[in-house]
Amino acid sequence: MTTLLVALLGGVGAAARFVVDGWFRGRWAARLPLATMTINVSGSLLIGVLAGLLSAGALAPTAYTLAATGFCGGYTTFSTASVEVVRLAQAGDTRRAVIAALGTLVLTVAAATVGYAAAVALS
Amino acid sequence: MSRAHHLDPLLVGVVAIGGALGTLARYGVIHALHPAPDGLPVATLTENLVGAFLLGLLLEALLRAGAEDRRRRVLRLGLGTGVLGGFTTYSSLALEVHTLASDGRPGLAAAYGLGSMVLGLVTCVLGVLVAAWFDRRRAGARAHGPAA
Repeated sequence: MTTLLVALLGGVGAAARFVVDGWFRGRWAARLPLATMTINVSGSLLIGVLAGLLSAGALAPTAYTLAATGFCGGYTTFSTASVEVVRLAQAGDTRRAVIAALGTLVLTVAAATVGYAAAVALS
Repeated sequence: MSRAHHLDPLLVGVVAIGGALGTLARYGVIHALHPAPDGLPVATLTENLVGAFLLGLLLEALLRAGAEDRRRRVLRLGLGTGVLGGFTTYSSLALEVHTLASDGRPGLAAAYGLGSMVLGLVTCVLGVLVAAWFDRRRAGARAHGPAA
C-alpha cells in the first residue's frame, strides 16, 4: 500500500513540476534555468521541513516516506537540471552553466538545512 | 503554442503517469541499494547518474528526429519530464548532503554533492554523444544504401 501511494504522490509531484515549470516559463524569459532551480530549491526546503518534523517526532515515518520519497522526489529533478546546464555549456554560455550548476547545489542544500532547522525549532 | 502544454489535461496526465512509474523505480532502487559503509547514499547517486544519462540520450535523440509532432511530444513529456524526472531527485540529494554535514562528515558531504553534480553532467553529455553516434550511424547507413 505504501509503495502504491509513494508512486501516486510521485506522479502528483511530477505533474506539479510540469505545471510550475510551464507557468514560470510563460512569465519570465531568462537564460538561467530559473524554473527548474525554483522547483528544486522549493522541493528541498520542503524535504528539509519533513525531515525536521520526522526527527522531532511530529511526523510518522510512513507519512514522511510518502511526502518526501513520493512527492518531493517526483517534484524535484536532477536529470533536467543536468540537461539544462549541458545545454548552456553547449551554447557557449559557460558562465551561466557554472552559476546554474553550483547555484542549484548550494541553494538546495541551504534550503534543506533551513527547512530542517526551522521544523526542529518550531516542533 | 508551446506555452500551453502545461494546461493540457492530457499532457499533465501523461507526465503524472510517467512520474509515478519513475518514482516507483526510484523507490525500488532505494530498497535494493543500501548506503555504503562510509555513509555514501549510493541509491540516490545511482538514480541521478543513470537518469541524467538517459535524459541526455532521449532529448538528443528526439531533437535529431526532427520537428516535434504530437507523438514525439508525448514521448518527451512522458519519458523525459515524467519517468526520468520522477526517477531522479534533487531534494534527496540536498537533504543527504545536509545530513552528512551535520553528522560530522563535511568532507564526504562536499564530495557527494559536488561529485553528483559533476558526474551528472558527464553522464548527461555521454548520453547526448551516444544518441549523436547512433544518429550518424543510421544516417550513414541510409546514405550508402543496403550493404547487400
